[in-house]
Amino acid sequence: MARHTLSVLVEDVPGVLTRVAGLFARRAFNINSLAVGPTEVSGISRITVVVDAEGDLLEQVTKQLNKLINVIKIVELMPEASVQRDHILVKVRADAATRLQVTQAADLFRASVVDVSTDSVIIEATGNADKLNALLAVLEPFGIREIVQAGTLAVGRGSKSMSDRALRSVSA
Amino acid sequence: MSNGTPAGTPPVAKPANRSKDATVSSVVEASSPVQGPNNIIAPTEMLGSQAIVRSLEELGVKDVFGLPGGAIMPTYDSLMDSTKINHILVRHEQGSGHAAQGYAMVTGEVGVCIATSGPGATNLVTSIADAHMDSVPMVAITGQVHSAFIGSDAFQEADIVGITMPITKHSFLVTKAEDIPRMLASAFYIASTGRPGPVLVDITKDAQQSKMMFSWPPKIDLPGYKTVVRGHNKQVREAAKLIAASSKPVFYVGGGVIKGHASAELKAFAELVGAPVVTTLQARGAFPDSHDLHVGMPGMHGSVSAVTALQQADLLITLGARFDDRVTGVLHTFAPNAKVIHADIDPAEISKNRTADIPIVGSVKEIIPELTEACRARFEEDGTPDLTDWWSTIRRLRETYPIGFTPTQDGLSAPQNVIQRIGELTGPEAVYVAGVGQHQMWAAQFIKYERPHAWLNSGGLGTMGYSVPAAMGAKVGNPDRVVWAIDGDGCFQMTNQELATCVINNIPIKVAIINNSSLGMVRQWQTLFYDSRYSNTDLNTGHGTARVPDFVKLADAYGCVGLRCERDEDIDDTIKAALAINDRPVIIDFVVSRDSMVWPMVPTGVSNDQIQIARGMTPEWEEED
Repeated sequence: MARHTLSVLVEDVPGVLTRVAGLFARRAFNINSLAVGPTEVSGISRITVVVDAEGDLLEQVTKQLNKLINVIKIVELMPEASVQRDHILVKVRADAATRLQVTQAADLFRASVVDVSTDSVIIEATGNADKLNALLAVLEPFGIREIVQAGTLAVGRGSKSMSDRALRSVSA
Repeated sequence: MSNGTPAGTPPVAKPANRSKDATVSSVVEASSPVQGPNNIIAPTEMLGSQAIVRSLEELGVKDVFGLPGGAIMPTYDSLMDSTKINHILVRHEQGSGHAAQGYAMVTGEVGVCIATSGPGATNLVTSIADAHMDSVPMVAITGQVHSAFIGSDAFQEADIVGITMPITKHSFLVTKAEDIPRMLASAFYIASTGRPGPVLVDITKDAQQSKMMFSWPPKIDLPGYKTVVRGHNKQVREAAKLIAASSKPVFYVGGGVIKGHASAELKAFAELVGAPVVTTLQARGAFPDSHDLHVGMPGMHGSVSAVTALQQADLLITLGARFDDRVTGVLHTFAPNAKVIHADIDPAEISKNRTADIPIVGSVKEIIPELTEACRARFEEDGTPDLTDWWSTIRRLRETYPIGFTPTQDGLSAPQNVIQRIGELTGPEAVYVAGVGQHQMWAAQFIKYERPHAWLNSGGLGTMGYSVPAAMGAKVGNPDRVVWAIDGDGCFQMTNQELATCVINNIPIKVAIINNSSLGMVRQWQTLFYDSRYSNTDLNTGHGTARVPDFVKLADAYGCVGLRCERDEDIDDTIKAALAINDRPVIIDFVVSRDSMVWPMVPTGVSNDQIQIARGMTPEWEEED
């Protein structure tokens, strides 16, 4: 099934993430990734959720989300009309013999080395899923110790602001 | 709003100043989202618990059902001072929830139930789930442990907001006294507008005990809650076009027409179009059974005429219904040649199960008159559709396969006959409240419903034990109507403790226990699909058994009148005797045959075309011409 990225503006109240996550669980919708954080408007949070759904099911996902009282607005962000980024921290085995190869690999992916110890480095990278998977493939032979990955973040291209429009319609 | 701009006032609300037996009116009137008369009250210092009671009073609440406990005690203390709120002390919290549902179903008002934290709150879960499935406006108020103890596994602590999240329309955890008026007003607004449903308000003990400044009306701020009421003009016109072009249209009417108080509008619309009307289990009474256009109840135990009308239709005019699996059977075989107009207030219901050709989101109260006008205009141009052939098919089915029953083989009364006679001797002005199972289906089939809000049952969740407490709530809401609980011997034993509540509070309901000494519907399935292996369905309450409990003695113990009827010739006299008693609840033990089955039936997993009128018997279908 195709992946779709939804941006969901919600009231920043206790339990809102549970409500959204619980809805996905009980309606048997699949979440690929989920990221939540504050927005430029205080009291409003933004959840970026990547779902495996299309057609009628995708419509159900958005309709059911819209029924949650704390959900203010939902838009689907099309890949071609939005910037979508994953964020990853990778701890890789790297001693004096291999450190240079590891950091060079990081450079090729425009990733940065954010911590160095005698036998490891931590690499931070952003990009789409394909790029990050390619980076991990290159790092794999050195020995990956830990991976931490955040949910996809996405924002529409151009000057329009989702929260701006949503709040205007609320106060109209 | 947090960006400094004022939030828009939500557009709809309901007035709460109706008398109990007044005609239930639309929920889409008035202007303030705060229910009730919107009295202006200048800031006054009081306790949070007093603010709860005062808020309920200002919201126009007259009757509440509940049971106290530690974490809600401050509120019960304040409740004692209220002269406006009648609190009915139940014997089990589940009873308070179902009573609130019954009250809401007959009055159109928000039903209110109150419980303490922990087990009090978890005992409400079944009723909350029931209200959620059947879209009943209800506010459940629960006490919660002191906010400092939340999360510490304190005595009688349960995360009831978390537990009920999937089964409420919304919920609030109130930890500050000053939030009480706003959150209660919001809860009532959410429960009663749009698609109605249960809202939980969980209030910590310290919020109840703290001082706060009470003022009224509070400002409701729900930026994410919008309900669409009016239908989209273009969609309405498109729907009229389809109706005008249809030769086999059917009105598929669901419980939304009752919740939306749109029965009168439906009648006018149906009479204009002249198409057959089917009323689902939740919509019985939304359209008069005696009306010539009515062809019955659809679904698993629907009439042949109703089920077949849907199967053979070329157009479903779906109003406030949700294509439930009990109506559709195997979904992809349901009404295979029909286009679908689907009007519902909940956009998520549209195209959830069956894709709609013409979706119309809004209140049926608004949409049906819009559709009627659009059709009238269309018919003036194109002429009224000729449904003569369609009706000759439907009429033949209705006459050939009426709902009926066969005599019993064991000499005991036929349960269908008992229920039919209750309906005939009591009439359409009464309220009939069923439990869940065979007796529920027979009560849906064999009682004639002529008005909305006369038939209550647990349709979506299928909660055994709904009947007695819901009938109690209905009687409180409609004290001048006869209220019958049509119950089973299994269901009755789940919630009959509320008979004590009925006796003590002078709520004279009538309970007909259709006693077949078994969990009858399960037994029917065991007969049909499990080779008559009766695993754990014998209840030993009927003829020739130990009779545990003896329902007549049980009625007596509770201070009710207990009657037993074991012979056909006594049925009418027993019902008449019950109708003559109005100072106490009456419990009748109707001892009936355990072998009677509910027919027609569409077995699960097959198309509605496989409907059986008796075991192994399918109707003879007319050759398609």
